[in-house]
Amino acid sequence: MLDARLELRRGSFRLSVDFSVGTGPVLVTGPNGAGKTTLLLGVLGAVRPTSGRLVLFGEVLFDSAAHVSLPVEERHVAYVPQDSGLFPHLSVRDNVGFGLFRLAPDARAARVEAALAQLGATALAERRPSNLSGGERQRVALARALAMKPRALLLDEPLASLDAPSRVRFRDFLAEHLRRLDVPALVVTHEPEDARVLGGEMLVLEAGHVAERGHVEALRESPVSAFSRAFWAQS
Amino acid sequence: MSRRSFQRSLSAALPLFAAGLLLAFLVVPVVALVLSTGLSEALSGLSNPLAISALGLSLLTTTCSLLVVLLLGTSLAWQLARRTGRGWRAVATLVQLPIVIPPAVSGLALLLAFGRRGLLGPWLERAGIGLPFTTAAVVLAEVFVSAPFYVQAAAASFRRLDPSLLLVARSLGAGPARTFFRVAVPLSLPGLTTGAALSWSRALGEFGATLMFAGNLQGRTQTLPLAIYTAMESDLGAAKAMSLVLVVVAFGLLLLVGRRAQSFLGGEGARRAA
Repeated sequence: MLDARLELRRGSFRLSVDFSVGTGPVLVTGPNGAGKTTLLLGVLGAVRPTSGRLVLFGEVLFDSAAHVSLPVEERHVAYVPQDSGLFPHLSVRDNVGFGLFRLAPDARAARVEAALAQLGATALAERRPSNLSGGERQRVALARALAMKPRALLLDEPLASLDAPSRVRFRDFLAEHLRRLDVPALVVTHEPEDARVLGGEMLVLEAGHVAERGHVEALRESPVSAFSRAFWAQS
Repeated sequence: MSRRSFQRSLSAALPLFAAGLLLAFLVVPVVALVLSTGLSEALSGLSNPLAISALGLSLLTTTCSLLVVLLLGTSLAWQLARRTGRGWRAVATLVQLPIVIPPAVSGLALLLAFGRRGLLGPWLERAGIGLPFTTAAVVLAEVFVSAPFYVQAAAASFRRLDPSLLLVARSLGAGPARTFFRVAVPLSLPGLTTGAALSWSRALGEFGATLMFAGNLQGRTQTLPLAIYTAMESDLGAAKAMSLVLVVVAFGLLLLVGRRAQSFLGGEGARRAA
């Protein structure tokens, strides 16, 4: 579904990855500076790779040889940054409807209500992001991302900004929604417990390369790299 | 009192005395202006034809110059905030130049650029455009001196935007224009309005560049500050009344955006410290 072969430079850092992933959650982990966020930004189109090819459900998003590079807004890839990235000047309802401006007003309203209901955020619709808890913010951000019916989902450490109780609650909630997805979802995480609960495929990035990949459970059973051993030893 | 404690109280009192002296110096002239102008004198001064036409002209030209500054300045501020590199840093410095150039020099420079014998004069003449000593020249002079205040405040405001919000907007299908108008502008609005207010008040008080480039022609180029200068010789009451109008407007603006304006004019460091 998502075929990524990307070479990317940011200052002295070099990311070089080559992988294909299917639908559902794909966890991305690795030490600080391994290139996790850079990988997301490369797929999103916010950072231009020096070379490579990126194909999502058969559509070429980037191809250096063919000089193709779709701008961010044409990729249909939803992105949720670490702090949820809600627009502070808009209500929850307007945040969720932000990406639906091409729909007719009725269709837009229906899609927004459906997304809010799906994520259990209907009661929050009139609130401003500043009046939401961390978990609520992430739920609304996810509702906004899913409302646009993206072809891929990029979540940058969706649990990192939450306190312990809301982290546990939102983690289960996120796991349930990610499992139902019919598009690839790259999820950056630093926590073994988050990885275990979210499940699915896992990519371990080290120094800009995919050092290990496999199912979360398989990697947990027999970690290969030094980072992986240390990562699972935390749990 | 021992000698040491006397020295201590003196060293505490001296800075306060110095501060009070300057404060008094700043406030007394404004107080003198207000006290010396009675309400009836102010009203009769404002009914002077000189004052009426200057008020109208100032309103017209500062509105025009503000529109030009907003239209072109917002775009320049956005570029300055988004682009890095030595070239753009040089542009940022260049934009501030009119703030430090003496107004009379600005007027002369405008004349040398757009005057009949100026740099662009022959082209303008061929196009049938004669700028010097017209109302359009007043607007140009005001744009020249006031634009930097807006551009500086707007660029500072744009720089403070969280880049991930702009990225999220793009990922939700919004192109650069939609992202700019629906996310960047609303989130920067406090800074943009402060910049606009600062810029407008600078345009309203503009004197030197206007005098040099547009002259002092009643009804055509004679704005409030020029009319005050002219009225000083013939009708002091009118001069005082017009001055009062400017003081009241300035005070209103200060109440509206004063604290925010300080943070913008104070630069990046002052804001962080605030």
